[in-house]
Amino acid sequence: MTEEPMRGNRRSFRHLPQNSTNSDVGPPAYQRGWSANIPSCNAQLFGKINLPVSAEIRCVVALAITCVWDSEVVLRGFSRNSFHDLKGCFAKHMTAQEVRLCGLLLQEHFGEVVERIGTHLLRGGAQNLRTIANETNTPLDLVKKSLCVLVQHGACEFGSGRRGPGSPVEYRASCERVLRVLRYPRYIYTAKTLYGDTGELIVEEVLQRGHMTMSNTVKTVADRLTHNMEEGRSMEYSEVVSAFSKLVETHFLQRCPPVAEMGTAATSTTPATPSTPAAPASTSPPTAESNPDCYKLPHVTLIGRGKRRRSSDDSEEQRGGKKAKMDSESCGDEGIYWLVNFERFHQHFRDQAIISAVASKLDQTSSEIVRTMLRMSEVTTTQTAAYTQPLSANEIFRSLPPNYSISRPILDQYLSLLVDDPMEFVGKSGDSGGGMYVVNLQRALANLARATLESVVQERFGSRSARIFRLLLRKRHLEQKQVEDFAMIPAKEAKDMLYTLLSENLVQLQEIPKTPDHAPSRTFYLYTVNQLPTARLLLQHCYKTVANLIERRLFETKENKRLLEKSQRIEAILASLQASGAEPEQLTEVEEMITAPERQQLEALRHHINKLDSTENQVDETVFLLESYIFSTKTKRERGREGGEPGG
Amino acid sequence: MAGLGHSRGRGKGYMSFSIEAVGIGKGENLPPSILQPTPLFPPVEHKPVPLVMGEEAEYMLALKQEFRGNMKNLPFYVRPAVSKKDVERYSDKYQNSEPSDNTIEWNPDWKRLPKELRICVKKALKENTSLSVETTVDPKPRKKTRVDKEEIIHNLETLEEEVTSDEEEGEKKKQEEEQQDGEEEYDEEEFEEETDYIMSYFDNGEEFGGDSDDNMDEAVY
Repeated sequence: MTEEPMRGNRRSFRHLPQNSTNSDVGPPAYQRGWSANIPSCNAQLFGKINLPVSAEIRCVVALAITCVWDSEVVLRGFSRNSFHDLKGCFAKHMTAQEVRLCGLLLQEHFGEVVERIGTHLLRGGAQNLRTIANETNTPLDLVKKSLCVLVQHGACEFGSGRRGPGSPVEYRASCERVLRVLRYPRYIYTAKTLYGDTGELIVEEVLQRGHMTMSNTVKTVADRLTHNMEEGRSMEYSEVVSAFSKLVETHFLQRCPPVAEMGTAATSTTPATPSTPAAPASTSPPTAESNPDCYKLPHVTLIGRGKRRRSSDDSEEQRGGKKAKMDSESCGDEGIYWLVNFERFHQHFRDQAIISAVASKLDQTSSEIVRTMLRMSEVTTTQTAAYTQPLSANEIFRSLPPNYSISRPILDQYLSLLVDDPMEFVGKSGDSGGGMYVVNLQRALANLARATLESVVQERFGSRSARIFRLLLRKRHLEQKQVEDFAMIPAKEAKDMLYTLLSENLVQLQEIPKTPDHAPSRTFYLYTVNQLPTARLLLQHCYKTVANLIERRLFETKENKRLLEKSQRIEAILASLQASGAEPEQLTEVEEMITAPERQQLEALRHHINKLDSTENQVDETVFLLESYIFSTKTKRERGREGGEPGG
Repeated sequence: MAGLGHSRGRGKGYMSFSIEAVGIGKGENLPPSILQPTPLFPPVEHKPVPLVMGEEAEYMLALKQEFRGNMKNLPFYVRPAVSKKDVERYSDKYQNSEPSDNTIEWNPDWKRLPKELRICVKKALKENTSLSVETTVDPKPRKKTRVDKEEIIHNLETLEEEVTSDEEEGEKKKQEEEQQDGEEEYDEEEFEEETDYIMSYFDNGEEFGGDSDDNMDEAVY
């Protein structure tokens, strides 16, 4: 059988692994580049797609057929009903990897029922209650419960159906919101570093419950803090309230958006019924930011102390709990729910990343200067801004932290160093006031993403491949010969490395025909790297990685379930024995019920699970960088589009 | 354009472009073509960088594991009801601690949810009793006279108690229920006084006979 070079059409399989089974080694002749120069190679469209033999690639092809550009799955289109025009987190494109990861996260945190409903919503788009129940074969009540849980945690939104206000309510899940669950530990830890233990517990409680009223949060946190304090001491509500207010003032917590009134579903609504929705059906559902009271604290006076929970005082506590419940009803902030403002935390992480990059590239003082600049522009910078508002050198000098007493000329020198640095963290936008400086947020993010890509290539393929990669990033398009020359790598090895990178889709091939008949001998083949699509590719790899880590952890836990249960039982017995004051011999006797090899196995299991968990946290840091970068380019493109089209 | 379509079937090793352009010299040894899928776990040439260790990483790890553990105990972790395969017992009425499908264990703010999602809210267990707080249910609106609302609701709730305790064994189907406006709160003390038994004294007899294995030769009276 003759093997042919693989031909492709416009939706070619360029994103497939190119481990070629053809007898000709090297890039297939009709490889397309990522950049939208689908050139005049219409000839290739007439070629037959000759699939290589391997079964693995066949499966990938089957998947690819359901994919459109950039391997994203486009869900069914939506009508002009504005509920479906949601931008932002209810994006219509979700990849298979993202859905898989979301499913695993939902399963771990909310159980299998919610996971089933959630993945169904993610895959299928907006659906109403009946459809969900029928298609997932779940009893209606369980579906209702799961939807309540999902809405409570902000992972699902509901709106009137696409056929207008009379049709049944439709629910839509948000992939992006579910993926945030991966970052919860980082949010909680950040709150701890900024606002201490109280802040940490507040954020943890709100994350656990989805959204809460302020009074509820304050009471729960006070109780928890009291529990950890020594006997006789308890936590004042006022301290918790002050921590809460600080979190709200700095925008880390925000109010839940008000819910549009849902008209009665089903049966006919007579014109006289006052409950039909007026405006909401035609306007997009309100976001949290659109509410002007978004960061306004309710006028509630909470006086009291945390209660210490004792196991012997169960009945007393129940009665106390009932009293507390009645108290909360009279607290006055009913209906005002607070949730964690993820975007603000992301801003904080981004600032941290920039500062640490400056610190490692230059020195500590420069990073302090950049930190000051970022702190000064916290409130004036919008989330999608490309750079901060211009700050004059005089202002910066005045706002430097007092323990960093550098003189004015030194500050100027540092600023000019920062401006001249090729990473372009800081830019100069004017000369008034001693020089106007901005922090280039978008460029900084792009540079951080680029550094991440380079680092990935270096760790996976070696430093010489990384050299080639960096070269292509900088020089854009290079021929094979030029790559060899610039990278100072012998031809054979350079070729090898290039083809490896090509097969991993980190490098693309761009054809420039010299003649209209695209004869291969008269065509330039240029290697190129496009940062944005490569970043997207790596992001999907990251999602897949995290999903694999979670699956492996679940597998390990399942394998050793018997052993884990045994050890839990032994611990429970030990605890109860100790509480009732047993002899040391009895304790050792119980402890010996776990044999030494079992203990070793348990230890190894714990070590593995900790490692897997820790790895998830660290992959999430990369995910954050890449997501921020991709998001910042999206807004840049939208701004460019808006600016380019007259009249919008 | 037409010329490219003719390159098929000319024999092995013929390519439609000149191989010199790609950089393969004449007669050079090309690696053999691979005719099987890539291995599932390919050998890794470069070992990955070790994980970041340190106080921060460990603290976040602990946070993550604690959070996961806590979520499993919260009412948001939805567990489907397991149908009991045993004989129906009287104590079930007072001892049911398993989640059932048609009750929700936490109290969401129903104003923020569409009406069709409302289900009964099950109050937290107190000792061994289970209570249902009646809230509204059905999407079908029914006009009901407000006169004697208290009595009717009270009667219905008592009836419902018996019905739900019987049906908790089998599969739950959707039940048609009257729509009632407003919430009813069952007073716990009142409910307790209705029963003839003091709850803490209730012993369902399952522990009986467990301790007396040593004296099996003696008859037990």
